[in-house]
Amino acid sequence: MSVAVVMKLDLKGLSCPLPIIKTAKAMKSIYPGEYIEVFATDPGSVPDFKAWAQSTGNSLVESDVQDGVFHFVLRKKEA
Amino acid sequence: MTNDVLIIGGGVGGTIVANLVAKEAGDRARVTLVDSTGMHVYQPGFLYVAVGQEKPENLSREESRLLRSEVKLVVDQATLVRTDDHKVVLKSGKTLRYDELVLATGSRIVPEEVPGAAGAHNFYSMEGATRLHRALEQFTGGTIVIGVAGIPYKCPPAPVEFVFLLDDYLRARRLREKSQIKLLSPLNRAFTIEATSKLVQPILAERGIELTGFFNVETVDPINKTVTSLEGETVGYDLLVLVPPHRGAKLIEDSKLGDARGWIPVDKNTLKHTEHPDIWALGDATNIPISKSGSVAHYEASVAADEIVAALKGEAPPAHVYDGKVMCFLETGQGQATTIRFDYDHPPVSPNPSHLWHWAKALFNKTYWHTVPQGRLP
Repeated sequence: MSVAVVMKLDLKGLSCPLPIIKTAKAMKSIYPGEYIEVFATDPGSVPDFKAWAQSTGNSLVESDVQDGVFHFVLRKKEA
Repeated sequence: MTNDVLIIGGGVGGTIVANLVAKEAGDRARVTLVDSTGMHVYQPGFLYVAVGQEKPENLSREESRLLRSEVKLVVDQATLVRTDDHKVVLKSGKTLRYDELVLATGSRIVPEEVPGAAGAHNFYSMEGATRLHRALEQFTGGTIVIGVAGIPYKCPPAPVEFVFLLDDYLRARRLREKSQIKLLSPLNRAFTIEATSKLVQPILAERGIELTGFFNVETVDPINKTVTSLEGETVGYDLLVLVPPHRGAKLIEDSKLGDARGWIPVDKNTLKHTEHPDIWALGDATNIPISKSGSVAHYEASVAADEIVAALKGEAPPAHVYDGKVMCFLETGQGQATTIRFDYDHPPVSPNPSHLWHWAKALFNKTYWHTVPQGRLP
């Protein structure tokens, strides 16, 4: 991956909406423009992360699945 | 040989397990249930207390009247589980031995974890529901905000039911036109279950209830009467109702039998503790990622009881395991309701709201005392 990820969140095994809440909390602790990487297993997290990013103005720059684990990279919006 | 089967917690799950084990195991078990109050409380009734449709005194009964005569009830607070010598320490200083232990210790609310939320209302305890009802009686119009301040919480559809019942309440008092109802949801839908959200969202819109998505309550400013989300949004209120954060029982945290929030790790099918083969847990107390509700505790109780009875009889574990079954009613106001049914392998389904389901829920609320705690409903 080409971007510098400042935080990785392992949210495997958690069911919705916990992955969103844990990510929202983590986003508060990083600076605008920084990236966070999330791993989750709840299938609902795919549409939820997309909608959450749209609603909050943060960017979902990667969303894929690797060996049954959903993987997301989010960029914090500029202040 | 007679084993000591000890159950901590006289809620729906603990009471059913106690009655079923006492009935099925006969002389093989001495069954003891420890409860801190000795009163059995029907928690689904709190919502109705909040909107003045039920009286607090109708929601509790003496636990002793719900237990079979073979079950010994000890009214005391369990303060520590000692797994090394199989004993449970009580507040009075007494200790109780166990061969098989069932932790039906439920959950507790911790509103103090949310900065500024001490004065917010809730319908998660009898005191909370009664205080909320008093506040609603004095309400003369304005903005009522309902938000979620922690996951997991008991009864996932409860905030949605509450706004529907609140809408009815305000209409009956002719205050609806002077009031706004705002529901703040952790996700971009009415609540976690997508199918049911799709069903209830048009009804929310029809009743003029405003839904704000991705609003995870982080702090409350009680001076300026605003609530702010993790996502950075702020909403003003005149009356604030919050679903407080929940944790497992203090007993579980003090005994180091749970995770960081006090939820007990169990096998999701057998309900056996992942580290202690002689301990079972059920209902709100477990870490199973499923609804924290009386319905779950009810379906789990017969599984835990069958497992214990088989162990006492020296038989192979029963084929009947917990399959994740949940069945909940969801009030949609104006005398109608729907249901939500699912299990580990089947996604949730909900029929269209109707008067029939509302009456079914009302009937269940009344007949509960004579059917569920005794283990008479499968």
